[in-house]
Amino acid sequence: MRKYLHVLGIGIQNTLVYRANFLFRAAASLIPLAGTIYLWKAIYGGRAAGDSFGGYTLAQMVSYYLLVTLVDAFTAVAEDDWQIAAEIKDGNISQFLLKPIDYLAYRLCLYVSGRAIYTTVALVPVGIFLFVLRGYLVPPHDNLALAAFVASCLLAGLLQFFLAYVMAMLAFWVLDVSTFIFIQFAFEYIASGHLFPLDILPAGLARAIQFTPYPYLLHFPVSVYLGRTGGTQLWQGLAVQAAWVVAGYAAARFAWNRGVRRYSAVGG
Amino acid sequence: MDARHTPNWRRYPALYAALWKNSVVREMQFKTNFLLWIVVELLWFALQLAFMSVVYAHTDEIAGWTRWQVVLLVGCSNLVQQLFTAFFLSNLMEVSEHIRTGRLDFMLLLPVNTRFLVSMRKVDLGAFANAAAAAAVVGYALHRLGHRPSAAEWLGFGAMSLAGLAVHYSLMFLLSTVAFYTVRAQGIVFGYYNLFNIARIPDGAFPPGTFRRVFTFVLPMILVANVPARALLGTLQSAVPMALLAGMALALFAASEAFWRRALKHYAGAGS
Repeated sequence: MRKYLHVLGIGIQNTLVYRANFLFRAAASLIPLAGTIYLWKAIYGGRAAGDSFGGYTLAQMVSYYLLVTLVDAFTAVAEDDWQIAAEIKDGNISQFLLKPIDYLAYRLCLYVSGRAIYTTVALVPVGIFLFVLRGYLVPPHDNLALAAFVASCLLAGLLQFFLAYVMAMLAFWVLDVSTFIFIQFAFEYIASGHLFPLDILPAGLARAIQFTPYPYLLHFPVSVYLGRTGGTQLWQGLAVQAAWVVAGYAAARFAWNRGVRRYSAVGG
Repeated sequence: MDARHTPNWRRYPALYAALWKNSVVREMQFKTNFLLWIVVELLWFALQLAFMSVVYAHTDEIAGWTRWQVVLLVGCSNLVQQLFTAFFLSNLMEVSEHIRTGRLDFMLLLPVNTRFLVSMRKVDLGAFANAAAAAAVVGYALHRLGHRPSAAEWLGFGAMSLAGLAVHYSLMFLLSTVAFYTVRAQGIVFGYYNLFNIARIPDGAFPPGTFRRVFTFVLPMILVANVPARALLGTLQSAVPMALLAGMALALFAASEAFWRRALKHYAGAGS
């Protein structure tokens, strides 16, 4: 266990180098967010005050996007998938096959340290942004919703990591994984609720998406916070989210084992 | 042909043709990858259209724009963005790499305008396929609107799309020139992607204020697609937005040239 704490420390030191980059990235990502919020204000502008859109008031809709930004800052993979794919392609994983260290646990530590630094840095611009829009930010539904929100954010982070890890494992089979990662990301962007809340989709489509792991990356934690998912639905949702995390872990292990069998350490 | 006896500018068409040929050869080495990138871009374009169609399932107009007018706007914004990608984007993303590796030193020695070489060395052929898809969406939206633009409207649309292209190019060139002063410019260049998101939002959605002023007079993202779209739709109330976009394009191009010259004077070569 001590060695992984050490990896965590190294990860923090390495990512601290990029703090200015992170600050810039977090600040730049607020531009499209501001654009989206203006767009939604204009959409609601054509309606009577207090009118709702797919069951969202304007404040709830703006809060939805603000919370998506928060959860995304906390869980999104930054470079992890590219780095893992590059380490496989360049043969750098050979050393991990020889050392008494588990590659999955090693990458998880680097992911956690990267997110810790990014979230801390992003807190400055995002915090200012939230303060400016505080009139629109609705408080968590209740204390239970807040606690469940934090728990589901942690699960979402794990799920996000395993998804990226499995995608990066493609590097064992194909030369360039970047297009696959981008195609997967396009689906994730819509099905996780990043583009808009999933409940404004036509009912059939919204229900179909619920059978994929994607809603548990963003939409589920945010709707828990807003109190749109409560009672038995909340516990069921958390259980399904946890099940997806376990499935993600199993898929990650499986893909790694199959990949290593194919791996021939070109130039390693 | 002896270069010394030919006027300088006449060599450029032949030079650019050679650069095109190189790009074709390079792209065709990885055909699957080439096709997959087109798919990636098409998916993101479809995503933007999906967003608008979901919104219009619940409403009839946004800030005075009807459904098919907004589809046309999204199409215009993607058309300008894809043309920018086709001619300039990958070149400008590499500027900091040219500086870091010292390749820029060799480019400066060539008897060619360095800005031309840095900006147009490669052509992204896949982006032309995506630009065609965007043009098709614009055409379909016009059909659904039942609007047949006049010759003047087509001309205004063409000129304004070029001005929008010039705005993207000049701004991105400015950003990549920052690489002469700091090695971290790569991050700034990637940040430019965030600006494309502003371009496809109907202009009426932005209330008067700082945000609107900045994205009109400093980074004119609110103009780059809205003005060509309005020119084509014939919904411009006056010639002012057209003059403004053309003026911003010229001003940004001049600013980027001034900054580029300053940066070159400051530049001392790699490793020195």
